[in-house]
Amino acid sequence: MSRIEGVLKSLKGQGRKALIPYITAGDPHPDQTVGLMHTLVEAGADIIELGVPFSDPMADGPVIQMACERALKHGTSLRQVIAMIKQFRETDDATPVVLMGYLNPMEAMGYEAFADAAADAGVDGILTVDLPPEEADDVAPLFTARNLDAIFLLAPTTTDDRIRSISEHSSGYVYYVSFKGITGASKINVDEVAAKVAHIHDITALPVGVGFGIRDAETAAAVGRVSDGVIVGSVLVDTIARNQADSDQLKRALTDLLHPMREALDGLAS
Amino acid sequence: MKLTEEMLSALPDARGHFGAYGGRFVSETLMDSLMTLEREYLRLKNDPEFQKTFDEDLANYVGRPSPLYFAERLTRETGGAQIWLKREDLNHTGAHKVNNTIGQALLASFLGKKRVIAETGAGQHGVATATVCARLGLECHVFMGAEDIKRQSLNVYRMKLLGAEVHSVESGTKTLKDAMNDAMRDWVSNVDETFYIIGTVAGPHPYPLLVRDFQSVIGRETRRQSLEQAGKLPDALVACVGGGSNAIGMFYPFLTDESVQMYGVEAGGLGIETGQHAAPLCAGRPGVLHGNRTYLMEDENGQIAGTHSVSAGLDYPGVGPEHSWLKDIGRARYVSVTDDEALDGFRTLTRVEGIMPALESAHAVAYALKLAPTMDKDQVIVINVSGRGDKDIHTIAQLDGIEA
Repeated sequence: MSRIEGVLKSLKGQGRKALIPYITAGDPHPDQTVGLMHTLVEAGADIIELGVPFSDPMADGPVIQMACERALKHGTSLRQVIAMIKQFRETDDATPVVLMGYLNPMEAMGYEAFADAAADAGVDGILTVDLPPEEADDVAPLFTARNLDAIFLLAPTTTDDRIRSISEHSSGYVYYVSFKGITGASKINVDEVAAKVAHIHDITALPVGVGFGIRDAETAAAVGRVSDGVIVGSVLVDTIARNQADSDQLKRALTDLLHPMREALDGLAS
Repeated sequence: MKLTEEMLSALPDARGHFGAYGGRFVSETLMDSLMTLEREYLRLKNDPEFQKTFDEDLANYVGRPSPLYFAERLTRETGGAQIWLKREDLNHTGAHKVNNTIGQALLASFLGKKRVIAETGAGQHGVATATVCARLGLECHVFMGAEDIKRQSLNVYRMKLLGAEVHSVESGTKTLKDAMNDAMRDWVSNVDETFYIIGTVAGPHPYPLLVRDFQSVIGRETRRQSLEQAGKLPDALVACVGGGSNAIGMFYPFLTDESVQMYGVEAGGLGIETGQHAAPLCAGRPGVLHGNRTYLMEDENGQIAGTHSVSAGLDYPGVGPEHSWLKDIGRARYVSVTDDEALDGFRTLTRVEGIMPALESAHAVAYALKLAPTMDKDQVIVINVSGRGDKDIHTIAQLDGIEA
């Protein structure tokens, strides 16, 4: 059983929902990323999605674009991001880490070298925004062979046939993009999400994490009620941007943001 | 490799691949739209009504066929092969771009989409899109890098006159690649009501296929005109390559004609050795950007590199996937000329033939001027003059120190 599967099974057993924060590696500075990951765990994260910065993040809004630019200004490379996870694992071997990013940095590193390094560092899952399963034939088996979960996206526009085939290619969880748009937009409609996620649950037994548009305890609870976990990205990255000058204050701000979400999600269990 | 009609008709394959290149590397939200577009295009491609409308629009609105002109004085002064010019600069809106926007806008109408978006570099594709939208009464949004808005202000104004909204793109390098990023972001956000008219043969499948099909009218006409006027097929075709839509349109109908050499001319900028250029086929390597696998300019970590060219329309770090395939199999040759050589090409064609080419097309002119003297007098070179240079006069005047 993968670390991701283990965590999600155990949460489900307790009737709890996963809190999955996203931050961009190397933002605001590569030296701070590992510390921020520990902060996320202390504030209640069950799984961390760590973004690999890319020069052309086509699916992201301005908040994450700017995070990528900050990280790239310091030369944050995929190899360095993997090294950060290795360092994180020195003191945390329980929290699953999913690498999230775009295909080209992985292609440039070489898929086999990337999969080897990621597995060796203690990465648990790979989510590549611009790699649909149709193009993943050569890549996904390298992940599976190393016990790395391949996590794919589902969207409001995904047809039933594709939900079925994408789920067959996925392990760990599937990531449901809550609306038609880019990260950081505020278009979430909880009723629509509830209907679609219920429908996805009819088709696949995999846990469904929902991301895009979750920014506070209220939206986290509303989406958590109808899914297996919530992914929180832009609001955290924005908090990092606004508090980058003072690392203690940044820690507090992240905790103040995540903690109410954790409590709201756990409130659903009781 | 000897190409046959049979081999060509199998490309791209069902997943949009040209050999190792092409494909559909996009986020899930867009997959359904791309699959619908592919299905509808493949159906309409063989629909007589659709084809008839497309052909009539090209004839009566664009003004096709565009002439194939024998540049007699240029040939004499250059020495060597006969130089002929395919006059895409004479099309309505002044460039080859309109062939494609006519086709895609027609697709948009057949699909019932009322809102159109486009990216643009030099502004030619933006103008061509705004033009067809004005004609069909479609809402039009054009994404353009802030850097390009500065150097192509005339085209920006043209688009506004045509009723388009021009969105200034401030992210990344503020040029064509960033405009394409923002167009993709808009598309994903408004996917139900929006048709994305991509201007070049790049992007996710089926765009490289349908843009190539719409632009192939250039090569089909050239083939017929060359046989009629020069009495033979061309010996060499020369076209500039940014994304590569005018080049693929010229090359494609000749791919099975083994005697026809093809030269795609990339932007060498300040020189390939300086790194300040936009020549992925000459100096890049395969990677994935904007929905397809193709040659790219990137650093060792897979981050897309900044590009440089005097010509905004060639200032792009990628290239259409079919060109990547043609390079690898050796069917077309890809070369580059520098900014300075392109400017010389511009001046030469202007002074010697009274034809002012776009700075993009001037790259093809510059290479042909080097190629012609190496060939025999009875041989024929066709240069694709993909656009006219009016939009670049401001840039040239500035380089000459003149306030225009």
